[in-house]
Amino acid sequence: MAKMMTGYDAVAEAVKACDPDVIPAYPITPQTDIVERISEMVADGELTSEYVRVDSEFNAASTALGASAAGARTFTATCSQGLKLMSEPLFSASGMRLPLVLAIANRSLSAPLSIWGDHTDTFAERDGGMIQFYAEDVQEAMDNIAMAYRVAEDEEISLPALSCLDGFILTHVQEKVEPFSRKEIREFLPERSPVHTLDPSDPKTMGAYARPEHWTETRYEVHQAQLKAKDKIAEAVEEFANIFDREYGLGYNGLLETYRAEDADVLLVALGSVCGTMKYIVDEYRQRGEKIGIVRPRVYRPFPTEELCEVLEDAEAIAVVEKDISLGYQGGLAIDIKSALYSNGSRIPILNFIVGLAGRDVKKDNIKNIVEQTKELRGKLPEDIEFGKEERWEPLRTELLEDDKK
Amino acid sequence: MNKDKFKHGEELFCPGHRACPGCGAALTSKLVTEATGPKTILSMPTGCMEVTTTPYPESAWGISWIHNIFENSAAVAGGIETAYKSFSKRGKEGYMDYEDVNFVVLAGDGATFDIGIRSLSGMMERGHDVLYICYDNEAYMNTGIQRSSSTPIGAATTTSPAGKESFGENIHKKDMPSIAAAHGLRYVATASVAYPEDFKKKINKALETEGPKYIQVFAPCPRGWKHESKNTIDIARLAVETGLYPIFELEDGQLTNVRKIKDRKPVEEYLKAQGRFKHLFKKDGGGEVVENIQKIADMNAERIGIDK
Repeated sequence: MAKMMTGYDAVAEAVKACDPDVIPAYPITPQTDIVERISEMVADGELTSEYVRVDSEFNAASTALGASAAGARTFTATCSQGLKLMSEPLFSASGMRLPLVLAIANRSLSAPLSIWGDHTDTFAERDGGMIQFYAEDVQEAMDNIAMAYRVAEDEEISLPALSCLDGFILTHVQEKVEPFSRKEIREFLPERSPVHTLDPSDPKTMGAYARPEHWTETRYEVHQAQLKAKDKIAEAVEEFANIFDREYGLGYNGLLETYRAEDADVLLVALGSVCGTMKYIVDEYRQRGEKIGIVRPRVYRPFPTEELCEVLEDAEAIAVVEKDISLGYQGGLAIDIKSALYSNGSRIPILNFIVGLAGRDVKKDNIKNIVEQTKELRGKLPEDIEFGKEERWEPLRTELLEDDKK
Repeated sequence: MNKDKFKHGEELFCPGHRACPGCGAALTSKLVTEATGPKTILSMPTGCMEVTTTPYPESAWGISWIHNIFENSAAVAGGIETAYKSFSKRGKEGYMDYEDVNFVVLAGDGATFDIGIRSLSGMMERGHDVLYICYDNEAYMNTGIQRSSSTPIGAATTTSPAGKESFGENIHKKDMPSIAAAHGLRYVATASVAYPEDFKKKINKALETEGPKYIQVFAPCPRGWKHESKNTIDIARLAVETGLYPIFELEDGQLTNVRKIKDRKPVEEYLKAQGRFKHLFKKDGGGEVVENIQKIADMNAERIGIDK
């Protein structure tokens, strides 16, 4: 039965249904409400997981990693500086092929300090072998937790997975949600059955160091597992749809969703909640007969290369709208999309819009400006974009900048 | 030739590892496995013992063993212990009973005193049923003998070298056993590879104690301390006999079972046996440092009650 729920409540409910053995928890805004809600569930006996009140995100990840190596299902949540602190154990969890599921309430990285949301935290973890899901709304944030467990714990995958939802915008907003119960999720998510554990009756050495003659192949296998995760995500969304009647990009292996994209001349690509605002603007353009559409990757790693190429190939101009910037180059998503499209022979011009950093509102007018700038590129080629003008900040308050930086 | 001499089938820490001859940490590893037995899961940070015992695809370990990173072995062990607690409570099949498993950390002083102290403090504070053993060789040996906060005054290391203006390390060794005891641990002990039976007895005593416990074992490093491999045990014994490395237990915070020394030897005897202190006997002003080190031994004797 549908209920009004905040993002943090929905994630906590999902965790309760998935019933981890061990939950190390450490607070950080705006994630804190997730672990608070879970601690209440434990306090009330609704959840029998071991809840460990650790001393730092670093040791939240480390505790989860140890528990996972022992064979446990684990959960923890973080964002921003906390994710930075987890980065070292998380990178090594992928190398050790230990499944961990984390909810990330996306938030910007210092400095300056900001508690508000963007995707700079999870994009900084891009190369660590973690699977990354991005939710558009509260329902998807809840459902992605179950999918993250299923894929991460699959014995062919065995990798950490980050289930991302926009800090505040999704964590603290109430939406109508169809929650799933423990009983219902069992059909979709089997109990974890690890291939290797630390069982003393069958001793194993885990985390041996590798010399140059072995290291490359270890990493290659993590890479292969990441690529294989695409098939597992495709299977997961299909089965999820069968059981729960909710569909996530079924036509694109569950890796991306589209909105009015089929015949669009101009496509906007974005992750997460900003797509809600974008849909509203797209509807306005469509009413005037302008062919604008949206492509929303649900998964950033593994990167949905084929699916993106397929869905973007007929556009005349593309705007990659993202809450990330790889300082000194462009936004991370734009870099990847250009790499995917241009190495497949595409000649579509792509603009990269940096928006919504540290929780700055992305307003309807911003989206309209983005669409208008992108429309101008229809019929043009990538090289028609002036060098250094591929990436644009929408909006940029130039009155705050020093004169010579304007 | 008696071939049985070379059989190691029953051993849980097997030969073939790459530790140096006379390595105090390798000896520690052997003694630890002898005391804990096979029903043990050992968590080990990055360090000499990790790299010398587990070059993939080989392993010297006959017990369950895990290495993750340098500064989190206490949290990893806490996670494993918590997982087993959960398995037993939930009646999960295929896992040994929580009560039957020893959860142990074996870590060097760099991983313990310095970079891993947050993990260790958190694990102790939360009361995980984990025995944390620190093999103390008083510097970062794996990276090439850099000073740690366990390095004693006067020791030359590659980052606290002796020089025109330097007598080597000039900061007091951190008092880790007191820090562990201040966490309310029911059992804290120091030990030395020179007294293997005492060390093993302490491990067993610790394992019988519920909750977190900490043992710090003195483990000379011939390469780092610049002494001959054959002298490891002699030097370890001298550290105790001079009062520089007191052997004791702290039970519920109370000092118990101090190893008493009759006629404490002068610290020179210990210092002169090692190359890391040789500048103290060559350089003008070295005598003053030696006097200060003697004062440390005298203070230990008074504070801990070593003298017989």
